[in-house]
Amino acid sequence: MAMAETKATGKKVKFIITRQDGPETKPYTEEFELDYRPGMNVISSLMEIQRNPVNTKGEHITPVCWESNCLEEVCGACSMVINGKPRQACAALIDNLEQPVRIEPMRTFPVVRDLVIDRSRMFNALKRVKAWIPIDGTYDLGPGPRMAEKKRQWAYELSKCMTCGVCLEACPNVNEKTDFIGPAPISQVRLFNAHPTGEMNAEERLEALMEDGGIEGCGNSQNCVRACPKGIPLTTSIAEMNKATTKHMFKRWLGM
Amino acid sequence: MKGFYSRKLHSLLGIIPLGLFILEHMLTNFSAVEGGSQGFKDSVAFLNSLPLLLVLEIVGIYLPLLYHGVYGMYIAFQAKPNNGSYATERNLRYLLQRITGVIVFVFVFWHVYETRIQLALGKVTHDEMGSVMHGILTQPIFFILYAIAVVSASFHFANGLWSFLVSWGITVGPRSQRVSSYVCMTLFVIVSVMFVWSLFTFRTEEFAGATALLQNIRMIG
Repeated sequence: MAMAETKATGKKVKFIITRQDGPETKPYTEEFELDYRPGMNVISSLMEIQRNPVNTKGEHITPVCWESNCLEEVCGACSMVINGKPRQACAALIDNLEQPVRIEPMRTFPVVRDLVIDRSRMFNALKRVKAWIPIDGTYDLGPGPRMAEKKRQWAYELSKCMTCGVCLEACPNVNEKTDFIGPAPISQVRLFNAHPTGEMNAEERLEALMEDGGIEGCGNSQNCVRACPKGIPLTTSIAEMNKATTKHMFKRWLGM
Repeated sequence: MKGFYSRKLHSLLGIIPLGLFILEHMLTNFSAVEGGSQGFKDSVAFLNSLPLLLVLEIVGIYLPLLYHGVYGMYIAFQAKPNNGSYATERNLRYLLQRITGVIVFVFVFWHVYETRIQLALGKVTHDEMGSVMHGILTQPIFFILYAIAVVSASFHFANGLWSFLVSWGITVGPRSQRVSSYVCMTLFVIVSVMFVWSLFTFRTEEFAGATALLQNIRMIG
């Protein structure tokens, strides 16, 4: 849409934003009212608040902090809870949202400030399950085995994961009482174990899933697959990895 | 024991032997519906004629029940339900699995105290079990509590079977999980109906024992 079209229409949009000044401080809510513009989304609204940081009481406040990069729902940086559901703010069109629009940080992760969260645990989980294919060496290993087209097609779907954290936020078993790594890294094990070269290290990744906080943390609420913005079949991945870890368990016991 | 194995054991014990036990219990109770007071007495007598009875009870019921129950409490209280945000059927079943688990955990202690422990203490005999149940279930409050408990146990078993199939990698894709949902929820209805039906049967006059005995049971209850 051309910028020229985004003129004010007289309509107002109300926001209730949960803010927090620092990692240790108490959260509080602040209300904002913006002029409606056609095609506006949560990120453009936050930008507007940044430009003119005045709340509904007319007080001049410090602008709301948030994170965003790609603005096309592929990087995962702007994930936040919008009207009770975790999702990407850049893809949350105001036209499709109930008002007032309630915006909160994804509290499953440590809150840095306002809507900014620390998603380190997701990257630590990827390291834990070795979500990569080790091909480095001292000599050229040559081309690896080829992947069947049919397999490539479903594996590609799994590769769409952008580590956004929405599935962890939606999961009732990822919380401060458990050490469950969450659905995303489990699905990544399936992805890298499906790869013909990655498969050579399949057991290492399965064993990582069998450590504390691994795949056993799943409680089958299946919220993850409903919440995933990329439509990744997370519950199928989890069940597939349940099968693989169960097989691996018996193989190890029987010394096969 | 590492979490993976303790959780797997929890899942397995829920089906074998506990799932089998609940089906056996359902059938034994249902013999009251089918064969009346005598039919129930015969079923109880048959169970008690099994060899190595105490070993079967300890290995097949008490130890698995204790493990499944205690570990289950740990799982239940680790949950942070979000059914407001995700009002889906699966998420509701996730919550109900934990709630029914807690209900059944409490109920089992009460029920075992009223039946098996009274038997062990010599206060009642096997033949009097039907009238013990009559004594309990003719009291409206206890009847309601028993009805809630047996429906909870039936749900916990049937839905547990569904998640067992997922957790062991038997039902993997969405279609197989949907089909097994239908099968397991049908099983829930059948098991509940059979249990509740036998609860109603125990209320009939046929199961009333001697008045003195009844008084005794009312005191226990």
